[in-house]
Amino acid sequence: MGDSGFEARIEQALADAGLRRNFASAMGSFAARRLAVFPDAAALERLREQGAAARRRALARLPELLEELERALVGNGIHVHWAETAAVGNRIVLEILEAHGVRRVVKGKSMVSEEMHLNAFLARHGIDAVETDLGEFIIQLAGETPSHIIVPAVHKNRAQIARLFHEKIPGTPYTEEVAELNAVARRTLRRMFREAGAGLSGVNFAVAATGTLCLVENEGNGRMCTGVPPLHIAVMGIEKVIERLEDLPPLLRLLTGSATGQRVTTYVNLISGPRRAGDPDGPREVHVVLLDNGRSAVYADPELRATLQCIRCGCCLNHCPVYTRIGGHAYGTTYPGPIGKVLTPQLAGLERAGGLPFASTLCGACEEVCPVKIPLTRLLRRLREETVQAGAAGGAGAGAIERLAWRGYGLSAQHPRLYRLLFACGRWLGGLMPPVAALERWGRAHAEPRFARLSLRRLFRKRGIPDA
Amino acid sequence: MADPSPKPARVQLFATCLVEAFFPETALAAVELIEREGVEVVFPAGQTCCGQPAYNAGHRNEARAAARRQLSALAGDLPVVVPSASCAGMMKHHYPRLFSDPAEREAAERLAHRVVEFGEFLVRGLGVRLRDAGPPLRVAWHSSCHALREMGVVPFAKALLAGLARVDVVPLRRETECCGFGGIFAVKHPALSAAMAEDKLADLAATGAERLIAGDCGCLLHLRGAIEARGLPLRVQHLAEFLRERVHGG
Repeated sequence: MGDSGFEARIEQALADAGLRRNFASAMGSFAARRLAVFPDAAALERLREQGAAARRRALARLPELLEELERALVGNGIHVHWAETAAVGNRIVLEILEAHGVRRVVKGKSMVSEEMHLNAFLARHGIDAVETDLGEFIIQLAGETPSHIIVPAVHKNRAQIARLFHEKIPGTPYTEEVAELNAVARRTLRRMFREAGAGLSGVNFAVAATGTLCLVENEGNGRMCTGVPPLHIAVMGIEKVIERLEDLPPLLRLLTGSATGQRVTTYVNLISGPRRAGDPDGPREVHVVLLDNGRSAVYADPELRATLQCIRCGCCLNHCPVYTRIGGHAYGTTYPGPIGKVLTPQLAGLERAGGLPFASTLCGACEEVCPVKIPLTRLLRRLREETVQAGAAGGAGAGAIERLAWRGYGLSAQHPRLYRLLFACGRWLGGLMPPVAALERWGRAHAEPRFARLSLRRLFRKRGIPDA
Repeated sequence: MADPSPKPARVQLFATCLVEAFFPETALAAVELIEREGVEVVFPAGQTCCGQPAYNAGHRNEARAAARRQLSALAGDLPVVVPSASCAGMMKHHYPRLFSDPAEREAAERLAHRVVEFGEFLVRGLGVRLRDAGPPLRVAWHSSCHALREMGVVPFAKALLAGLARVDVVPLRRETECCGFGGIFAVKHPALSAAMAEDKLADLAATGAERLIAGDCGCLLHLRGAIEARGLPLRVQHLAEFLRERVHGG
């Protein structure tokens, strides 16, 4: 499917018993906590319906809602910037930082900034971006990318983190005590919060009616990033807008319950502007960068638009039999798991990511738990069709032999005689099947399939079962 | 068990391609179990594959061509009994989506209404009461993803198994997790598919059950192939064949 690296990374992940244990146990416990927080299936279904409706309502009028959001944000004294691509978004962030002479930024967790590869971009321009979410802090020390959109360092166990802290943070003795490791991170980060010239964050929801940025988190680092430095820059995908404050409670409940099995996060930040006259604290300037980066094209397709309903809870990852076995890095994408398999080909193009939608059994475990009811299997199937069509046009997708095989399948499915002839060939050939690639791949994990000795028609005739 | 709807005099059997190719006994068992309730089974000769392999592989035109063939082969108004939740789901939920022509779409809708999965038909269509004549046996049930999520027919299969007096049904640890077949998935991602099969088989071995019963031949083909390749002392069987065996006394 073009990306032989993907297959190699899958095999590597599957062979790593420690990694598989880490993921299986972490994902299993997230799934159990979700069930515990949503014990009433009927009530959960009503809540999901409510959440999905709020997201669909917002997307149905996305362009005007974004204009409404801009007006409300500006009215609140927040500067608004539009970025059509990640490159433009990075440039905007850099210009704001340079205008304020900022050399160090403290960052709250933001998947959009990962999508933009913002840290690397800022580093190239001499600006130090320090991740302050504990998981992000850990993987930044390790020089890695998130392996999960909610718990980015979930692939690491305690011993690995202990070794990392010992090696990378000067003066840190080796310890596997969680409280001590937390204290090390806190000490290191406190200093960063005080010294940083700016804070950067993501956005969970942006409320169009009131110009409010909503940000949920558990460590308080998000509040520090958005409240302590004199400058706050928030980056968000344009799909994160919702109509009104009343939509927040069900969506927050769905987000935290689906993500971590929490009724509410430790911190729920509602940001409605910079420090006002008389305020004792808060940033003096707040900027929002609204990133498109391919989302408008997703929006333009009435079926694929459902992709943008996503609230990034990570629940589909936690329940995916593929993700829970290989973890996020194997995908080689910013967004892994079911939503990543749907979103990435649309943002990065089929040429690069058209193989991803095929890495699914279409089992439907993801859409069964999706809090905003994204029809993930339908979208996966649709993107498979797109990949196949792109292949027919010379792009990524199936090779010529595969296309020919499907043509043959189509003919046999239309002509019962040909269909039965093929099965007869299977019976006659038995173990002497032609060495086609598909059979070779099937044969890696399976014994040769045993064809029936007699055709069903003959078996039925023998027993007097009518065939018309 | 749910109240049975009025018992039909005749039904059509849609065998499915995997049953035709690899599991003919499943079709024979299904027919026998239906006929012993006094219902005649016909096997429309023009049927082929439901089209799901192509549909899930992104080849919509081939899937539509296959669907057209079944629409004509399965003409009439008899119930269409399908010994596979996955193929039944294709016909019931996806055929109508394949056609834009109103007449074809309407024909697809009509067929969708007639399609009924085998286990559901035994329970709701026939109201069967099976007498278990077999020796004591411990089995595990595997919910295929389509039976579980798309068709919602797992309760019927479980009710049928629970009705067998001397069969002890034990749960798999990850009962609702996919076995890793996924049609084209097993060919595109053999290592992942194998890892999922191995976990399913490890769960089965841990139950101490002698067999795994399922209602979908896709899962059975996949798991049987994995068992044989590894030489494991495990066995899988379709629900229809298992029920027939129990009725006969094993």
